[in-house]
Amino acid sequence: MEFQYTIWIVALPLLAFLINGLGSGKLPGKISGWIATIAIGISTFLSYQTAFQYFSSPSRDKIIAFKTTWLRFNDTLHIDLGVLLDPISVMMLVVITTISLMVFLYSQGYMKNEKGYDRYFAFLSLFSFSMLGLVVATNLFQMYMFWELVGVSSYLLIGFYYDKSSAVAASKKAFIVTRFADLGFLIGILMVSFYTGTFDFEILTNPDNLSFSTTASFLGLSTITWALLLIFMGGAGKSAMFPLHIWLPDAMEGPTPVSALIHAATMVVAGVFLVARLFPLYHAFAPTALEVVAFVGAFTTLFAALIACTQYDIKRVLAFSTMSQIGYMMLALGVSGYGGEEGLGYTASLFHLFTHAFFKALLFLGAGAIIHAVHSNDIREMGGLRKYQPITHLLFLIACLAIAGIPPFSGFFSKDEILAATFATHPIYFGIAVAVAGLTAFYMFRLYFIVFWGKEKTYDHTPHEAPTIMLLPMIVLAVGSVLTGFIPFGHFISSDGQSLDLHINWSVAITSVAIAFAGIVVAWKFYKTESDSSDKVARSFGSVYTSALNKFYIDEIYILITKGIVFRLIAQPLAWFDRNIIDAFMNLLAAITNWISSQIKEFQSGQVQKYAFIFISGVLIIVLSFIYATQ
Amino acid sequence: MNILISHIAVPVLTTLALMFASTQKQVRTIAAGGMTIQLIQSLVLLYLFLQERAGGNDAVVLFKQSFAWYPSLGISFDLGVDGIAVAMILLTSIVIFTGIFASWEVDKLYKEFFISLIVLAAGVYGFFVSLDLFVLFLFFELAVIPMYLLIGIWGSGPKEYAAMKLTLMLMGGSALLVVGILGVYFTSDVEGVRTFNILVLGQHHIPIEMQRIFFPMLFIGFGVIGALFPFHTWSPDGHSSAPTAVSMLHAGVLMKLGGYGCLKVAMFLLPEAAQEMSWIFLILTGISVIYGALATVVQTDLKYINAYSSVSHCGLVLFAILMLNKTASTGAVLQMISHGLMTALFFALIGMLYSRTKTRIITEMGGLMKVLPFLSVCYVIGGLASLGLPGLSGFVAEMTIFVGAFEHEDLFHRVATIVAVSSIVVTAVYILRVVGLLLMGPVRNEGYYNFPKAKWFEKIATVSLIVGILVIGLTPLWLSDMIRDSLGTIVDKLVLK
Repeated sequence: MEFQYTIWIVALPLLAFLINGLGSGKLPGKISGWIATIAIGISTFLSYQTAFQYFSSPSRDKIIAFKTTWLRFNDTLHIDLGVLLDPISVMMLVVITTISLMVFLYSQGYMKNEKGYDRYFAFLSLFSFSMLGLVVATNLFQMYMFWELVGVSSYLLIGFYYDKSSAVAASKKAFIVTRFADLGFLIGILMVSFYTGTFDFEILTNPDNLSFSTTASFLGLSTITWALLLIFMGGAGKSAMFPLHIWLPDAMEGPTPVSALIHAATMVVAGVFLVARLFPLYHAFAPTALEVVAFVGAFTTLFAALIACTQYDIKRVLAFSTMSQIGYMMLALGVSGYGGEEGLGYTASLFHLFTHAFFKALLFLGAGAIIHAVHSNDIREMGGLRKYQPITHLLFLIACLAIAGIPPFSGFFSKDEILAATFATHPIYFGIAVAVAGLTAFYMFRLYFIVFWGKEKTYDHTPHEAPTIMLLPMIVLAVGSVLTGFIPFGHFISSDGQSLDLHINWSVAITSVAIAFAGIVVAWKFYKTESDSSDKVARSFGSVYTSALNKFYIDEIYILITKGIVFRLIAQPLAWFDRNIIDAFMNLLAAITNWISSQIKEFQSGQVQKYAFIFISGVLIIVLSFIYATQ
Repeated sequence: MNILISHIAVPVLTTLALMFASTQKQVRTIAAGGMTIQLIQSLVLLYLFLQERAGGNDAVVLFKQSFAWYPSLGISFDLGVDGIAVAMILLTSIVIFTGIFASWEVDKLYKEFFISLIVLAAGVYGFFVSLDLFVLFLFFELAVIPMYLLIGIWGSGPKEYAAMKLTLMLMGGSALLVVGILGVYFTSDVEGVRTFNILVLGQHHIPIEMQRIFFPMLFIGFGVIGALFPFHTWSPDGHSSAPTAVSMLHAGVLMKLGGYGCLKVAMFLLPEAAQEMSWIFLILTGISVIYGALATVVQTDLKYINAYSSVSHCGLVLFAILMLNKTASTGAVLQMISHGLMTALFFALIGMLYSRTKTRIITEMGGLMKVLPFLSVCYVIGGLASLGLPGLSGFVAEMTIFVGAFEHEDLFHRVATIVAVSSIVVTAVYILRVVGLLLMGPVRNEGYYNFPKAKWFEKIATVSLIVGILVIGLTPLWLSDMIRDSLGTIVDKLVLK
C-alpha cells in the first residue's frame, strides 16, 4: 500500500502558514481564514483516508511513508524528517485534524472582528503543522524539533493579544516552564542515543533488538531509568503535570478557540503521546519510571480536580479539568502492562485521549460562545443563560455529561477502562480515580448550573446565541462526544498491536456512575438556585478551601524560586561580580601599568641636566663599585 | 586571478576608490557596490568549492596559491581554503554587506568610516585565507586595529574608555599569540628548514614539553577575542560604545577569529597538549556559557544584553572545540556562523531602534510591535533563532554541539555537557524578557506613533541576515557536511587513541 500522500497532511498547514504569514496584512478581507481552513480541511480528508486505509489492513506494523535525512551528526546518529504511521500516530492524525478543522471554522466566527486576523490564522496553521509533524515523527529528534515548534506556536497564540500585559506574562511563563521541562527531554534524548546509538523509533520501540551498553547507575536507579524519567519530564511539562503545571491556567489568556485546540485537545496530550510512543522502552527497561508516571498522573488528577472545584473563571475551571483528565491518562499508562489484558491501561489511556479531545474541545468552544455573549470570563457574572443560548446550552450539557462519565456518552466508556485498569493493579490509585470521577462530575455541573441556571444577571446587552459558523463545529464535536465511546478502540490500538476486546467492567462502572451522579446531585443542590449554602460549606473546609482557591500556592513557590533565588541571589550578584570584580581586575591591571609608568617616567623627562646628573651618578656608582671590588 | 586573492583585492580596491569619493552618495554607492561584488564572489567561491569537492578533489585545501615573501625566514604568502574557511568567508561577506546598509545614515566623517570598516573586513578575509601563521597574524592585527578608531571616533557613551579597553585587551591576547606562534615556529624542526606554513607544521611533531607551554598561550590568545571567561570584559563595554556596523562586524565576525584560531592553530598544531589540558579550558568555557547567560538575564541595556549573550554563545563555540571530536567541532563552526548572523541581526536592529527611540534601555521602551511591526518581527525571529528554535540556524548549531559533546567517552565531559545544555533555559528567559518588555505590552509613548517605518536599506540589511538564518536552519545538511569533511585533518590528530 502506498502512503506517500500522507506527507501532504503535514505540508498543507505549513503552506497555509507561509501564505498567511508572508501575506499578513496584505491579503484581502477574510481570505486568510479560508486559506487556513481549506488547507486543514484537505489534511483532515487525507487523515481519514489514511486511517481507513491503515486500519482496514489487519497488520499493525509501523510504516515509514516518507523519510529524508535532514542533518547528520556522525555515522550512526542523524536527524531524519519523515512520516511514521502506526496505530497511535494515525489515531492522533485523525484527532488533530478533526479538532483543528472544527476550531478553524469556529474561529472564523469568533475572531471576525479582531485585529490581526491574518496573523491568527498563520499561527494556528503553524501550530497544526507542528503538531502533525510531532505525531508522525520517525525518531526522537524529529519529535523534539516539532515539540519545540508546538511550544513556540503555543507561545505566539497565548500572547496573541500582545498589548495586554497579562497575556504577555502568561505566554512567557508557558514557554519558559515548558522549556525547562524540555531541557529534561533533551538530556534524556542525549542519554538514550548515547547508550543505544540511535534516535529511531523503529529500533527504540523494539526492546528485543535493543541492548544498552551500560549497567551504570546513579542514586540507585539505572542510567536508562534516569534517561526515561528525564524524557517523561519533557512530557510532564507539555502535559501540565504537577509540578510543571503552572503555565496551563495562565495560558487561558489566549483566544478561547486556541485554548480549545492547543490547551485542551492536542498539544497538552503530547506528553501522553510521548510516553505511549516509547511505552515498550519504558516497560522493558524502566518499570520504575512507569511507577513515577503513574504516581504523577494520580497526584495531578486529584490535585487539579480539587482546584477546579473552587475556581470562578470559566476557562480556568476547564484548564484544571484538562489537567485532571490528562492525569487520568498518565495514570492509566503508568499502571499498564504490555500485551493482552495486561496492556489495558495503555489502550484505556489513548482511548480517553481520543474521547477527551472531543468533549473538552466542545466545552471550550461552548465557553467561547458564552464569553462571546456576555463578555466576561467570571461565572459569577453569568446565570440563566439557557434562555438566551438554547443550542449552546444543550451542547454544553452533552459535553458535561460526557466528561462526567454518564453512559452512554463517550467519557463513560473510556473512563471506565481507566478505572478498570487501575482496579486490576492498584487499589489506592483506583480509589483516587473514583474520587476524581465524583469531583469531576461535581465541578462540571457546578459550572453548568451556575452559568445556565442560577439567577439571571444584568447584562450590558442581551446575550445572543452564537452564529452558525460557531455552532456548526460545536454540533460536530457534540456528535463525536456522544458516539466515539462506541468505537471498539482495542481493535485498533493496543500495547502490542494485537486486537484487544474492551468490555465494561460492571462493578467498576456502577461505582463510578453512582459517584458521578452523587457529584451532579450535590452540584444541583448547591448551585441550581443562587444561595449561600455553597459558600457556607466551602468556608467550613477553611484552610483547605483557601489553599485550593489559591491553587495550593504553587505559583508563589515558583515566583520565590525564580524571582527570589535565581534572579536576585544568582543572576544579579553574577552581573555585579562581572562588573566589579573581573572587570575591575582588568582595570586594575591598567591602573598598575599606569602607576608604574608614572613612577618611572621621570627617567625620560627630556631635561638634559637630569640626564647628565643620572649619567654621572651612574658612572660614579660603577667606578666606586669597581674600586671597592678590586680592593 | 585566483578567487582568494580577489577576496582581498576587492575590499582594498573599494577603499582606494572611496578615497576619491567626495559626496555621501558616492561613498555609499561605492561601499555598497564593492561589498555586493564581494558577496557575489563569496557565493561563487562556495559554488566552486562544492563543485570541486563533488568532482572528487579531496585535497586538504583548495585554490592554493603561494608567493614567497621572506624565504630566509620561511615566511610566504600562502593561500588556500577548506570548507570551514569558505563558510567563514561567506559569513563575513554577508555581515559586511549588511553592515554597509545598516550604517547607511552615518553622516560624521562618513568617508573615513567606510574606509576603516572595509579595511577591517579586508583583514578578516586575509585571516581566513592565509595558511601561513605569520601572515595570518598580520591580518589578525589588521582587523583589530581599525576597531580602535571606529569605536573611538564614531562610538557613543564612554567611547574612548571602551576603545582603549577593547584594544588593550585584544593586544594582550596578541602578545600571547606572538609568543605562541614563534614558539611553534622554533620548536618544530622541519628537516632543518623553518616554516610558518600551518599545513607543513601540522605534519611535524612538536615535543610535548613545548606544547604544554605554547598551547595555553595560543588558546588564550585566540580565546580573548572569542570572549573566553575571564577575558571577556572588553565585550560588553566595547560593543555598547561601538557604532552599529562595528558591533555587527565585531560580534558577527571578529569574535569568530578566536574560535577559528583556537581550532585551526592551537588545537591542530598542538594536539597532545590540547588533549591534556582540555579539561581546564572546558571549565572556563563552561563557565562562559552559563555565566554569560545568567549575567544577561539582569541587563537592561540592549547592547549589554547582546554582548553578554554573545559571551554565552561564543563560549559554546570554544566549549565544543574542546570536545575533540568531529561532531562537536562541526557544531562549533556552525555555531560561529549561526551566532554571527544572529548577533549581526540583533546589533543592526538595536541600531535601528535606537535611531528612533534614542534609548537602549529596555525598561524605558515598550509596545514597539504595534508601531514598528517590521523591525519587531525581525527581532522576534532573531530571538527565536537565538533560543534555538528548530527551523532557524541556532537549533542546528546547538544540537550538533550537544550531540557531539555528549558522544565523549569521558563522564566528566558528559556532565559538563549537561551543564552547558541547561543554558537553553536561561537563554529562553532573557530572550523572552526582552521581547516582552521591548516589543509587547501597551505602546509606551504617544510619540512612538510618529516613528518612521522601516526604510529600504534597513530592510535589505535585516532580510539578508534572516535569509541566512533560515537557509541554515531549514537545510543544514550541505553546510554541516562541508564543514565536517574539512575537519578530518584537524580532528584525526586529536581523537583520543
